[in-house]
Amino acid sequence: MKYNVIDGLKYTQQHEWARPEDGTAVVGLSDYAQDKLGEIVFVELPDVGAEVEAGKSAAVIESVKAVADLYAPVDGKVTEVNEALLDQPEVINQDPYGEGWVFKVEVKDESQLDKLMDKPAYEEFIIKEEEEE
Amino acid sequence: MGETKKTPFYERHAAQNGKIVDYSGWLLPVQFPQGLVEEVHDTRKRATIFDVSHMGEVSVEGKDAEAYLQKILANDVSKLKDNAIIYSPVCYPDGGVVDDILIYRINSENFFLVVNAANTDKDYEWFQDNCSGDVRLQNLSAEYAQIALQGPNSKSILQELTDINLADMKFYRFQADVSVAGVNSIVSRTGYTGEDGFEVYCKNDGALTLWDAVWEAGQKKELRPAGLGARDVLRLEASLPLYGHELSKDLTPLQAGLNRFVALDKQDPFIGQEALQKQKQEGFNRKLFGLEMLERGVPREGYPVMAGKDEIGWISSGSYSPTLDKFIAMAFLDPEVAKQGEEVDVAIRKRTYRAKITKMPFYRRDK
Repeated sequence: MKYNVIDGLKYTQQHEWARPEDGTAVVGLSDYAQDKLGEIVFVELPDVGAEVEAGKSAAVIESVKAVADLYAPVDGKVTEVNEALLDQPEVINQDPYGEGWVFKVEVKDESQLDKLMDKPAYEEFIIKEEEEE
Repeated sequence: MGETKKTPFYERHAAQNGKIVDYSGWLLPVQFPQGLVEEVHDTRKRATIFDVSHMGEVSVEGKDAEAYLQKILANDVSKLKDNAIIYSPVCYPDGGVVDDILIYRINSENFFLVVNAANTDKDYEWFQDNCSGDVRLQNLSAEYAQIALQGPNSKSILQELTDINLADMKFYRFQADVSVAGVNSIVSRTGYTGEDGFEVYCKNDGALTLWDAVWEAGQKKELRPAGLGARDVLRLEASLPLYGHELSKDLTPLQAGLNRFVALDKQDPFIGQEALQKQKQEGFNRKLFGLEMLERGVPREGYPVMAGKDEIGWISSGSYSPTLDKFIAMAFLDPEVAKQGEEVDVAIRKRTYRAKITKMPFYRRDK
């Protein structure tokens, strides 16, 4: 696999990842998604305290050529945002699963996380998407 | 959109893992794995090779060729010498733009026109509809391939492949019937990047030989491929207009600030001259300006530009500029309100971002 997919994370079909952490989920963009987007030059973050909804746009990530929504993987209240990305959005390209995290959200319904893909399922999903391209 | 076409270089782009897109019906690489930002730096610092075979070519021959061109071109071709090139808008009677093109003068009865890919068919129809006298038009677009070699290393790369002395060729000059790697070519010192560089045209059958020779010669000089994405950003940095953005049937060359390419007082009247003279006198409510973002935000085509609560225009092209490490845009703004040095707001989604009106070009190479 050309793209890095980390064990222990949950993945959405829109290529976000979520990492459960004490009742919240840390959310970011997968390595595959950052690679497809190309050089990221701008990030629009949600407000802390904002209610996000699973499958709805919660943040905007822009590369030189494209504007992409980052969809919330679960319903809940935003507890923290990665403000470092405002000045250094390219960190998402460099470290999508670490320093490139985008926001944290309070998880209301654990079952929403359970429905997301694990590493093997997401890898399979990427392979299919690549083939269709 | 009809069937998509491949240029002779398609397999080369695929071999370089270029991301292929449909551009005006042509399958062309939008970027390569190194990414658009690197491709821009490569072009400004070293050299890149672009496939621009999608561009259209039209030959205009005959005793009345020059008089005919004087009628359809806003610029004045009467001053053009053999082996020289000029840029010109082609206008409708109302001053709106059919296309912006390059005119290569081979001799007084033989001209070679280079037109935008998306406009080729429309242009050719327009050329035919307005044709009279001893003029023979030929649409050669399907027969010609074109390579753009751009960047400071371009000259030394190309020089290895030809006997003509490229140092003697000035900007916007060309030579036809030149052998480049044994392939009969037209070589011009032109480009769409704001860098020094050359464009080489040849018939399709010699195209791959030419490409491979340029590629091979370029390996010692750090030549890399670049795609349409980089080309668009490079031309924006150099503030070169792109049809469909800064020019269209609803935007005149005067609004786009192309006054020096519009011979308003040309003796032989051209199509659109009267309308443009009138517009020059009466003024217009939207004119092209440069913008530089003061807050981080990506200005993109179509975003409204505001002065306070008033919408004063729109972004026609915008991007992150890798060369300047700034966010820049061209925008059509109300000239009554917009003044260089003043600040405006660009509306991006839910909020506005501060920007400053700046002079263009954003980037000019050191000569």
